[in-house]
Amino acid sequence: MQLTQRAKQVDRRPMTFVESLYLWNIAKGMWITFTHLFKKRPTINYPEQTRSFSKVFRGLHVLNRDAEGRENCTACGLCAVACPAEAITMEAAERLPGEENLYREEKYAAKYEINMLRCIFCGLCEEACPKDAIYLSQTFAPANYGRKGFIYKKDELLIPHPVNDPQGYQKAREEKSGKVK
Amino acid sequence: MSTENNNTQPQQNLAFPGHIEELPGGGIVLSKLDDVINWARSNSLWPLTFATSCCGIEYMSVAGAKYDFSRFGFEVARASPRQADVIIIAGTIVNKMAPVLKRLYDQMGDPKYVIAMGACAISGGPFFYNTYSVVKGADHVIPVDVYVAGCPPRPEALMHALITLQQKIKSGLTREQIRASND
Repeated sequence: MQLTQRAKQVDRRPMTFVESLYLWNIAKGMWITFTHLFKKRPTINYPEQTRSFSKVFRGLHVLNRDAEGRENCTACGLCAVACPAEAITMEAAERLPGEENLYREEKYAAKYEINMLRCIFCGLCEEACPKDAIYLSQTFAPANYGRKGFIYKKDELLIPHPVNDPQGYQKAREEKSGKVK
Repeated sequence: MSTENNNTQPQQNLAFPGHIEELPGGGIVLSKLDDVINWARSNSLWPLTFATSCCGIEYMSVAGAKYDFSRFGFEVARASPRQADVIIIAGTIVNKMAPVLKRLYDQMGDPKYVIAMGACAISGGPFFYNTYSVVKGADHVIPVDVYVAGCPPRPEALMHALITLQQKIKSGLTREQIRASND
């Protein structure tokens, strides 16, 4: 019984001598190879050219600041709890009088470390954060010879200061919104 | 960090090591034999086909036309460790796999290099706690030259690791010397 209309009888005749030389089939194959010379090259020459990532790509973490340059993080620990790989370590500290320009709320993270060796870039920390203090950027973690450099401290994670370094801050924000690349 | 690392473009010195001594009617290239050997080694690294989980898919992607690591001389993926120069540990190493990995590494001929790719291979990743079966990082079993973070890493990240390994070989330093300078 025929199941589809596309059924085709298989040709099982033995090959003739001319067919067994495969000359025509080799020419057909070579022709396909030849036509590929005139097609667009799919290769991206990586170190020189880069490919744009998806808008939802999750790369290295960034600790956010507000418009005045104060750190958003209050060291509540929700990101560390949400982290499936338990890669986040933090130590809380109380804001002293006179530090209002540094930290937005009364409590801040004195130490904030992410172990990129263990991190799986799932973005659950970003989802857990109630203060919009951490987000995942469009940058992937670079390779390294040793394990030491993979534990990212606060100075590596923090976004550039919007007042002291407006260009760096603007660049990081645009990258987050997917405008860059 | 993010903005600085945005354009992480490894410095490449593709040129042949040495300098050209100008002579009447041409010139000769003068170089050190070690430099030439390292240059040749770094541009013909044959990887072993070793992929234990999802990082292997990204590894295949790097081998494909879009990223095409044959541009750097990596394309001859070998199924036999005796013909391979670099082992890319792409995936989780479990306790049962660890002796196999060790044997594969021992079967490779010198000089041999190791790239640990992905969270599982470099530290156990999400399996670091609460798992009985996973080795917490492949460097418990064999020494690792280059670490790549990610789960799985982007194909670009693996390419970056391969170029980093090339630089390491070209610099002529041993693993111990590099580790000592990092610490």
